[in-house]
Amino acid sequence: MYRAAWKSLLHRRARLLLSVLAIVLGVAFVSGSFIFTNMLSVSFNGILRGTVADVNVDPVGTYTSGGSAFGTQASTIGQVLLTPADLQKFRGVDGVTSATGTVFSINTYPIGRNGKVIASIGPPGIGHNWYTDPAYGGITGVRLRSGHAPLTDNQMVVDPTTLTKSGYRLGDMMKVSLPNGDVVSRTVVGTAEWGSGGTVGATYVFFTTAEAQKLLLGGKDGFTGAWITTDPGASIPDVVTRVQAVTPKDFEAVSGKTAADATATSINKALSFINTFLLVFAAIALLVASFLIVNTFSIIVAQRGRELALFRAIGASRRQMTRTVLFEAAVTGFIGSTLGLGLGWLLAVLIRVLFKRLGIDLGSALPGVTLEAVAWSYAVGMIITMVSAWMPARKAGHVPPVAAMNGDVMTGTGNLGIRAVIGVALTLVGAAGMGVGLWTHISNRALVIGIGAALVLLGVAGASPLLGRPVIAVMGWFYRRLFGEIGKLAALNAVRQPRRTAATASALMLSLALVTTLSVLGSSASKSIHSVVATSMTSDFTMQSVTGGLLPASLPATVSAVPGVATAAPFYTSVVLDNGNQTFITVADPSGFNTLIAQTMVSGTLNSRDGTVIVDQVAAQRRGLSVGDTMVVTSPLNRSQVTLTVSGIYRTDSPGLGNYIVNVATGRSLGAPDAPVAIAIKDASGADTAAVRAALDAATADLPTVVVMNKAEYAGQLTSQVDQLLNMIYALLGLAIVIAVLGIVNTLALSVIERTREIGLLRAIGITRPQLRRMVTLESVIIALLGSVLGVTMGVAFGTALQRSLADSGLSELVIPWGELLLYLVAAAVVGVIAAVWPARHAARLNMLRAIATE
Amino acid sequence: MTTELPAGSAGSAGVADATRRPDLAGDAIAAYTLQLTKVYGSGDTRVVALDSVDVQFQKGRFTAVMGPSGSGKSTLMHCVAGLDSPTSGRIVIGDTEIGPLKDKQLTQLRRDRIGFVFQAFNLVPTLTAEENILLPLAIAGRKPDPDWYRTVIDTVDLADRLGHKPTELSGGQQQRVACARALISRPDIIFADEPTGNLDSRSSAEVLGFLRHSVEEFGQTIVMVTHDPVAASYADRALFLADGAIVAELDRPSRESVLALMATIDPRHLDAAQTADHAAQTRTLPGAGTPADSAQRRS
Repeated sequence: MYRAAWKSLLHRRARLLLSVLAIVLGVAFVSGSFIFTNMLSVSFNGILRGTVADVNVDPVGTYTSGGSAFGTQASTIGQVLLTPADLQKFRGVDGVTSATGTVFSINTYPIGRNGKVIASIGPPGIGHNWYTDPAYGGITGVRLRSGHAPLTDNQMVVDPTTLTKSGYRLGDMMKVSLPNGDVVSRTVVGTAEWGSGGTVGATYVFFTTAEAQKLLLGGKDGFTGAWITTDPGASIPDVVTRVQAVTPKDFEAVSGKTAADATATSINKALSFINTFLLVFAAIALLVASFLIVNTFSIIVAQRGRELALFRAIGASRRQMTRTVLFEAAVTGFIGSTLGLGLGWLLAVLIRVLFKRLGIDLGSALPGVTLEAVAWSYAVGMIITMVSAWMPARKAGHVPPVAAMNGDVMTGTGNLGIRAVIGVALTLVGAAGMGVGLWTHISNRALVIGIGAALVLLGVAGASPLLGRPVIAVMGWFYRRLFGEIGKLAALNAVRQPRRTAATASALMLSLALVTTLSVLGSSASKSIHSVVATSMTSDFTMQSVTGGLLPASLPATVSAVPGVATAAPFYTSVVLDNGNQTFITVADPSGFNTLIAQTMVSGTLNSRDGTVIVDQVAAQRRGLSVGDTMVVTSPLNRSQVTLTVSGIYRTDSPGLGNYIVNVATGRSLGAPDAPVAIAIKDASGADTAAVRAALDAATADLPTVVVMNKAEYAGQLTSQVDQLLNMIYALLGLAIVIAVLGIVNTLALSVIERTREIGLLRAIGITRPQLRRMVTLESVIIALLGSVLGVTMGVAFGTALQRSLADSGLSELVIPWGELLLYLVAAAVVGVIAAVWPARHAARLNMLRAIATE
Repeated sequence: MTTELPAGSAGSAGVADATRRPDLAGDAIAAYTLQLTKVYGSGDTRVVALDSVDVQFQKGRFTAVMGPSGSGKSTLMHCVAGLDSPTSGRIVIGDTEIGPLKDKQLTQLRRDRIGFVFQAFNLVPTLTAEENILLPLAIAGRKPDPDWYRTVIDTVDLADRLGHKPTELSGGQQQRVACARALISRPDIIFADEPTGNLDSRSSAEVLGFLRHSVEEFGQTIVMVTHDPVAASYADRALFLADGAIVAELDRPSRESVLALMATIDPRHLDAAQTADHAAQTRTLPGAGTPADSAQRRS
């Protein structure tokens, strides 16, 4: 029996290929997700191990309160320093081999030959002093890749990725934007990276220790931390305890392991959205792929009806038949899973390459295939395939052998009954859920709507044979008008097996529903941001740093002096601990009130007195603050307690400024640096806006990190981040669409095989090859458009519902991007045409006689 | 029973001048072949399906092509109908030689000038009976002549089944729909490939009666491949193929005469056939060779 199954399998290679393909794609996403996840953690571990010493002395909270290399705020760095005397004490501790002072700062950005800052949004630009002490466990710390170490104060070393991106070569002068917003030029004498390489998107600039102190710490003779190596054989925890005893109060000593784990945890948290995203995506891909696999196998089993019937007639039991089909499915599933695993690995490599192009270097280690990835790949691939095959096989077993042998090949035109009923029921429940989320005042409205939408999606997928009918009917009408008899035949073919057509279309439907939802949300977000900025941005121009860091401390004075500028209000920030929570404090004098964004006082007075704070209405309510109340916060500066008195409550529609505003003098006591994060600029009345703009640009020409933005540009900068995120999501959904296209190819190819005789007949009675190709293509376009029309319709509904539920959270405007949606439909039609190329060619090339005479 | 060959048969046309159109004494020719040869495969698997066949089909006549399985009768029909391409030789439909035609022209020729009735799977399952009948015209983008349409529908007696899908029709009804489709474009010639092969005797009689009727009433030319002597008895003429050559023909065949002749061309009875009194009724065609000759040539 198995031999017969095996032979049958090998005999039909095309069929095998198509079903394997569906599995490969589904599994590739699963294994790709796992492999990529693993690659991330391996990369980070490799990178992190090299970035920590046996014992690290760093400011308290660096590794504990969510702070990390990525989370540390610019405003807190350098507020507390170790002295050379502290280092001397560490060197005296038993078990310590060496203790080197580290100078570290973020917001240090190299500037490329084109004058643009080399940075990507998210990862920091790191400035560091140069030292080559070994890292945790004696492995290499900083490793020189080319050139030599910075020997003099006018030399520096950068990471290799930065050098490549900069367009400079070793020996060239490169500009660097410093944390305080100043720009300096230094000669690049070498490239270096930490540990196993890879910077995870961060840029590194290394200076000599003296120069690092001068540039990064404002010339203070201190260190942001200490890098301590231990004697071989010394117990690191013991050394940590002994070092801790001589560590000043704002610092703590931790072992390399603790430091690496803490940093890894926080980085993983920061990047976990990628994992979540990939896994959610794998789930979608698998769902789409299972549609295809089920579809493929029901067609295949139906086509084998006669063969199976023959086996039955010569005495094979129903159970043997089922087992044969399952065996075939297992082999197919195994091959598909194996190839899918490989493709997933390639996918992970591809993602890494993409990340590298985006500036996020994940190191050089090749991704490893983990046991987890292997197990999931095979489990998912084989189980889905076997279940998919088992269902139609069972059905085939119930056909009496004689009927199957005599009759023409029967494929499940099947009853729409139960499936459609369940589908419709699910759709209604989901819609009801969305309604509840929309029109009642429950908490988590977006979540309820999301769940409702998911149910609707599944429901529509189930009921699509039914729901698709009107769509196909409309298309059929157009086809008849446009393509005459060929169009009619194509439309009729599409409704021949409504379930098969619908299942094939479901893959595209799912992808397009998601894409459309995101499009609606994205467009709505853009419009909302623009309208918020238009109404709430009160300044004519704002100045910010492209890196999200600080502007030079001297800039407010420079800007004030620009002709035509009426006011230039600087804004600073500090991060304090409020009841243990990191809280942003905005620092601006009362004159800056209502200059950057529209604000109105609700009660009380402005923060003109030192030690007073004005609070956003919503935040005040949440924290239970009213005018006259006090709040005690912990300043990062010497960790002192500062008491702030609420002098007033204000309201604003724009969330950009944080919730607490203190004046500049108060801000200094809270550790705010003297470099601003933004400057709000107002024209003098009657000034020529264009001329002011030109003058502002001229005043900042030497400061590559500074950008001047008017309202539209400011809004554009905000929306560009939304767009960037959307583009990433579209790219991944694009892969789901690839699966969907292959699904259409699959279904069409199998349909063509199934209709060989009919095609022969049509050719005999006078349908030309081009007409036949057109017929297959038109059918394909129907499938594609069916999926996309249902998907886009649902996407519009989902997007609208989500926007409505989020209207209060800032997504105030609903924009349905009709042009874009139309483009999706056109693209879907093109997808249909492309998917039909091969099946149509195959159909047109069929030998007529063999077609007529075929079994 | 006739004892002479009809004028214009392969015998009188001669094979010596293969390029000359046969000069026919009486009936016009709807289609003919000259030295038609079809070879499948090569080497050990080489099979000569048609061996230099010369045959004419007269206009307005009903010709049955008979022969045992593997005799080449279906191949002959497929080649003449433009469904298959010959290895060598010429095929002319009306005044069109189909050899040089490109696929598109050949397809249009089939669509406009040839009708088909196959043994099974004649109809497009998604279309109703009426749509199936009108399909060749619809593909060509033409409207049917209403009078002719009415006539055809009445003749095949399908007026009340026109809205039905093929699966809702009996086998006989399906074949009648196929006949109506073949007739609707008033083709030069209709090829029927075992049209009653899957039918019971009553349905067979209906279909064959209808084909006969269309020859007599409408002057339709029909070529039917069959191995059923009863079916052949509806024809004006029966050609007999064996091993890729026409070995005999019968004018006004009856079931009995066909059976008798078939017995003689069975190779086992060949000697008897040539000496028996059947020889009086039939004539082994010149140039076709005996089946034994053919067998030798193939080996």
